[in-house]
Amino acid sequence: MSFAATSMEAHPSTKQTNTRETIEFDIRPARGWVPIDFKELLHYRELLYFLTWRDVKVRYKQTVLGFAWAILQPVMNVIIQTVIFGKVADFASKLPPELKARQIPYALFTYAGILPWMLFAVGVGAGGTSLLNQQNLLTKVYFPRLFVPASVIGVAMVDTLISLGVFLVMMAWYHVAPVWSIISLPFLLLLTSLAAMGMAFTLSSMTVTYRDVRFLIPFMVSSWQLLSPVGYPIDPRRQWIRWLVRLNPMYGIINAFRSALLGQHWDFPALVVAIAEVTVILVFGLFYFKKTERRFADIA
Amino acid sequence: MAAAITINGISKRYRIGLRSESYHTLRDTIMAAVKSPFRRLAGLQGDGPAVGAFWALRDISFDVQKGEVIGIIGRNGAGKSTLLKILSRITEPTEGFAKLKGRVASLLEVGTGFHPELSGRENIYLNGAILGMHKAEIDRKFDEIVAFAETEKFLDTSVKYYSSGMYVRLAFAVAAHLEPEILIVDEVLAVGDQEFQKKCMGRIQQVSQGDGRTVLFVSHNIGAIRKLCDRAVYLRDGKMISVGPAEDVVTEYLNSAIGSDEKNLLSRPRFPGIAASISAFSCYPAKDSDHIVSGGSATFEIEATTAESITNASVSVMFNSDQGYRVLAFSSRCERGMIPLPSGKHVFKCHVDSLPLLEGRYMIDIEIFSGDRVADYVEHATVLDVAYGNFFGRPETLFPYEGRVLHRSDWELD
Repeated sequence: MSFAATSMEAHPSTKQTNTRETIEFDIRPARGWVPIDFKELLHYRELLYFLTWRDVKVRYKQTVLGFAWAILQPVMNVIIQTVIFGKVADFASKLPPELKARQIPYALFTYAGILPWMLFAVGVGAGGTSLLNQQNLLTKVYFPRLFVPASVIGVAMVDTLISLGVFLVMMAWYHVAPVWSIISLPFLLLLTSLAAMGMAFTLSSMTVTYRDVRFLIPFMVSSWQLLSPVGYPIDPRRQWIRWLVRLNPMYGIINAFRSALLGQHWDFPALVVAIAEVTVILVFGLFYFKKTERRFADIA
Repeated sequence: MAAAITINGISKRYRIGLRSESYHTLRDTIMAAVKSPFRRLAGLQGDGPAVGAFWALRDISFDVQKGEVIGIIGRNGAGKSTLLKILSRITEPTEGFAKLKGRVASLLEVGTGFHPELSGRENIYLNGAILGMHKAEIDRKFDEIVAFAETEKFLDTSVKYYSSGMYVRLAFAVAAHLEPEILIVDEVLAVGDQEFQKKCMGRIQQVSQGDGRTVLFVSHNIGAIRKLCDRAVYLRDGKMISVGPAEDVVTEYLNSAIGSDEKNLLSRPRFPGIAASISAFSCYPAKDSDHIVSGGSATFEIEATTAESITNASVSVMFNSDQGYRVLAFSSRCERGMIPLPSGKHVFKCHVDSLPLLEGRYMIDIEIFSGDRVADYVEHATVLDVAYGNFFGRPETLFPYEGRVLHRSDWELD
């Protein structure tokens, strides 16, 4: 279905001026790839905010600890990863030398990996089932469907920022000084959320058509985590294996977070690979979503 | 006047196979997947051979002028809601096209997107945004919305604690304050109490007449269609039977419904897999009379076919007034309990000695249950004209505004 706006922004404040713009909709069966209507996304932008706001607001209602969960979740995750990989498996002795030299505690090392990973994993997990969970919206009202998975990433981003605050407090607690490359953090957060969004677009629209995907997503998330250096460093000696692990975009992203937050040496080739892959994932996700979007209401 | 909506040859096909798939057992699904994984994949994608397709809408064309209120009538399954969904851009047509000029707001359900955990205030903003309003616009209309909904006191209470009446009032209030050029409304007047329905109708009238907006309106409430609409469209089995002045179309609809007791009820579109199907329905007056009269005897015959045996069947005959309100029902459940039915054809006869309905026109719905699940349902199966009769043994009877259902009572004066 295409949406042709001869002029956009039906903002009410322009109402008193007599030149109220005429919007025209053309409704007809769509064929092939459907273009993304950026004007429409812009027009509905506040809805994206409201959907995110709703989920943030509702999530911790009727819990005893309330908003504390937003902090407890990453902290508990960090404790588990630190005990298992840092103490039991003794990866602490395998930390990169520059981090050892700065006396970075293992907990901060894992935390810096968990930050982008939780953003990505929540986006993939919750984003992937988001359309199914909003069936009643899909079948009863029109709005840009892209906002459903996108708002889930918005919620994950709010959590990540809170979690980042806790991380900074922990850095101060351990007397770890920030490094200059911390200024790249906004870019890295954006990159991670775009990766999560691309995955969420693809998976959520696949889930509507093939419900099987819903059951595959948890396995996908947990095996992906094992292949990524979330709780432990991955630093292969052999060059060809090094290139193999760099193919995982989360490898580049997690290492870049550690570079920005803790001063680990940058792995620029891995970051470039990650940027390229995230672009492909995002573009593919958008197109696949737009192509399948028109049948959501019929099969959701 | 320019056409605000142009509809040209709109058709919509649904593939039945897809819908029924969810009722398969796990074993069936695994077996099917093992036997033919690729066919199943193609089927889910929608490219495979259509397992069974039915046209929910077939070649619908009409124009709606700017500022016009147009009503859409037809029985359940006639395609009314599908048409509204296409015009609201929720689903796309299989064929044909439509052009809409102006900002569109559609209200297919009251309270879409309401979240039970959020307060009334928060839901006003959320629902407004979902319906396409900007925050500034909601801010500006906030007080008006709250006043319309009459829920000032509970603004900061979670809507899950609201009574259903309050919930509906709040939800309609948000939608009623949209400022679209085209408003698409489905059946929302069927909810809430009478007082509030009046308010809703008033609001729709105000929107169309005062502000010159185009309204597309689906309702079972024939009275509302007559009152609000300039023109009406009558849909049956996905086809457009007529379009024209509301009064004419409503008359045609009612007349065609009268004729339907001779028509084979099996020809209506339905989803597969239902346990029973109602195939015919007729009403007979007392032997010595030509008409069904108020207070006279009447017999209702329902013919139903069951594909498999049903252990606990029951049948209900329900009467709706010409205003669209359900006023009376006879149910086999209350008289005979659950009836075991072998597979095959059955005729249920319901006899009433003294029909307690005021003279007038009633639309009859029939429902057959298997346990507490609906096995088949025919809405407006027929129109029953009840003639004046001597229910109370005296010439006096109720005025229509007093009520439609008659009952004897004893009166004393102390």
